[in-house]
Amino acid sequence: MDFSDTPEEAAFRQEARAWLTANVPSMEDLEGLDEVQRAKLWQMRKYEDGWACIRWPREYGGRGASAMEQVIWNQEESSFRTPASVFAIGQGMAAPTMMAWATEEQKRRYLPPLASGEHVWCQLFSEPAGGSDLAALRTRAEKDGDEWVVNGQKIWTSGAHFSDYAILVVRTDPEVPKHKGLTYFFVDMKSPGIETKPIRQISGESNFNEVYFTDVRIPDDHRLGAVGQGWQVAITTLMNERLAIGGGGGLGFRQVFELAQRLTIDGRPAIEDRSVRARLADWYAQESGLRFAGYRAMSALSRGEIPGPENSIGKYVGASKTQDMASFAIDLLEMSGVVSDPELSSHSGIFQYAFMGAPGLRIAGGTDEIMLNILAERVLGMPQDVRVDKGIPFSQVPTGAS
Amino acid sequence: MNFEFSDEQNLLREQAAGFLADKCPPGAVRAVLEGDASFDAELFKGIADMGWTAATIPEKHGGLGLSYLELCVIAEELGRVVAPVPFSSSVYLATEALLLAGSDAQRQAWLPKLATGAAIGTFALTESAGQASPDRLATSCDNGSLTGSKLPVADGDTADFAVVVAKCDSGDGASLCLVPLQADGVKRTAVATLDPTRSHARIDFDHAAAEPLGADGEGWELTRRILDRAAVLFAWEQVGGANAALEQAKEYAMGRYAFGRPIAGFQAIKHKLANMFVKNTLARSNCYYGAWALSTDASELPLAAATARVSAIQAYYFASKENIQTHGGMGFTWEFDCQFHYRRAKLLSVNIGSERTWQDRLISAVEAGQAA
Repeated sequence: MDFSDTPEEAAFRQEARAWLTANVPSMEDLEGLDEVQRAKLWQMRKYEDGWACIRWPREYGGRGASAMEQVIWNQEESSFRTPASVFAIGQGMAAPTMMAWATEEQKRRYLPPLASGEHVWCQLFSEPAGGSDLAALRTRAEKDGDEWVVNGQKIWTSGAHFSDYAILVVRTDPEVPKHKGLTYFFVDMKSPGIETKPIRQISGESNFNEVYFTDVRIPDDHRLGAVGQGWQVAITTLMNERLAIGGGGGLGFRQVFELAQRLTIDGRPAIEDRSVRARLADWYAQESGLRFAGYRAMSALSRGEIPGPENSIGKYVGASKTQDMASFAIDLLEMSGVVSDPELSSHSGIFQYAFMGAPGLRIAGGTDEIMLNILAERVLGMPQDVRVDKGIPFSQVPTGAS
Repeated sequence: MNFEFSDEQNLLREQAAGFLADKCPPGAVRAVLEGDASFDAELFKGIADMGWTAATIPEKHGGLGLSYLELCVIAEELGRVVAPVPFSSSVYLATEALLLAGSDAQRQAWLPKLATGAAIGTFALTESAGQASPDRLATSCDNGSLTGSKLPVADGDTADFAVVVAKCDSGDGASLCLVPLQADGVKRTAVATLDPTRSHARIDFDHAAAEPLGADGEGWELTRRILDRAAVLFAWEQVGGANAALEQAKEYAMGRYAFGRPIAGFQAIKHKLANMFVKNTLARSNCYYGAWALSTDASELPLAAATARVSAIQAYYFASKENIQTHGGMGFTWEFDCQFHYRRAKLLSVNIGSERTWQDRLISAVEAGQAA
């Protein structure tokens, strides 16, 4: 065990830091660009100098770096203020799925534009009838020659409105038990028949969408895995989702700590208040525990292991931590805590923003409750719940609808 | 960077687990809980024969000169089996105090005996209810003569010597002194505690012979450093215990049927145990960092130690109480072993300062890092 850099790691860190110092976009660089344009500018800059998706093989647009180099890169990049990424789903979930299931030709064609940020991908999994019970999805695909014809509706699709491609799970056989009738595709989001409608969240923003499919035609060679093997392919995606989502949510210990240093309680700095210190210490310990758990997960990756279900804890712990820290920070602000106007609010309203976004963090990518089920069943080996839909054809499963 | 124990350290873990499974089954813990012995002397002798008490003592003082990573591995395994031995007092505290502040003569006098287990040492800090601090110390040491009372002192009834924190009018307000306990002017009285598997005593000193350990007026700073180091090792014991409590809860839940199926299949139980796993994983991850900081004497040690300590306190307490809850009424009976963890978790969580104390130290360490 050695948390310090080897000479090679130190040299790599130095190289990464020097590049970041010279290349992180300035405010002038980003002037007038929207969130997606900013993210693309930064991603392309990294790609051109070999700093995008550094763990990927070079032929797919990466750098062929080791897991430890990825850890170092993440540490260094996160110490700079860089544009928020819109590529987490594409690079973190679609790409590992493509690497595991696509043909060599497809990988060489689709992965480099993902690394460069030229293409944004989204994930078409959840449906109105299939969220936590993902395998209960109903969007249908029927074979027609060399193509599949897709009809149905997806929901909670982050970034669908600016995505170029998507990964998609559909039902190809409703007459077999639910997990066995699914098939996995990737799809061009500009295909005729795809319609995207934004969903307005309680935060007032619209990061999510409904995506409607009306006679959308997908070539059979866009299928990943065999017909009926979709659930198994989806597991590859979901395993990586746990690593990709992580816990952040934009609010960290440091911001609340600094707020407590600046505000007062009974005329003294709030940070001197014992109850404030206790809460902050807990969040620090959680954040630190997640960070080191993440490093150990990368160690496992470097030994060739796939991300295990134990990585569900990052999202589970991180989401509630963000929610609780935001709520606590608003309390520290006392009566002015309600002000969310970025011009008038402390810290440009980040605490209010995080507060309104946090409920979504606890649901997206698997609810807290699903994460706990995964940990109990897949890590601890506890029995699954009794399932009344087990072994019966999907078409005969009760739905609650008429 | 490398975030795992080495193959040799993992081998040590296997050996330790095998030895303890044999020599420290639940019956051994129960024997101390229900009997008159202060600790399991046979087990402690076996532990010393394995070389664990000698782990971090330099070879020239009869030790093995291993790194603290090995000691962390041992601590986790001892915690897992709720070992009823004075290991933490003697190894994490007394040995560390000698290594940190002892003169050559003091080291030569005690370290070889600590290494073989021939002597047991302890650390005597607190005197009364509430957080210990220099201005609350009444025990004083003048010209080699110690007077005052310490309560409670872990293993104070059986230890051969104690490192005592005494008040001092200069410096940081405290001085350490080394006091043989089988001597005139030392009166020891065993006290009942939450966890009878780890004995505690009240020690009254009445002009007992004592020699200074380290410089006068530097006792509080030394105490702080000793506790930082011990905190990492205590945290590993806590993580070991927390994982054992989780395993115990799972085993019971898998075998206990209600409403026609194992209670392990109910989400109320699954989520409870998953939450134990989450807390244990966070604590363990922090303990890795603490272990590294301890083994390298890194400047981050105060922060790493407090972080490991806070999360380990929380993990073990949670696992120990929810383990009982998972067992239902049986978990509350004397005949079930769930009580071992519940007792030990609370003991370990206050033994070297409470959760609240360590939360405060954690934030102080963050502030110190910010100022640096």
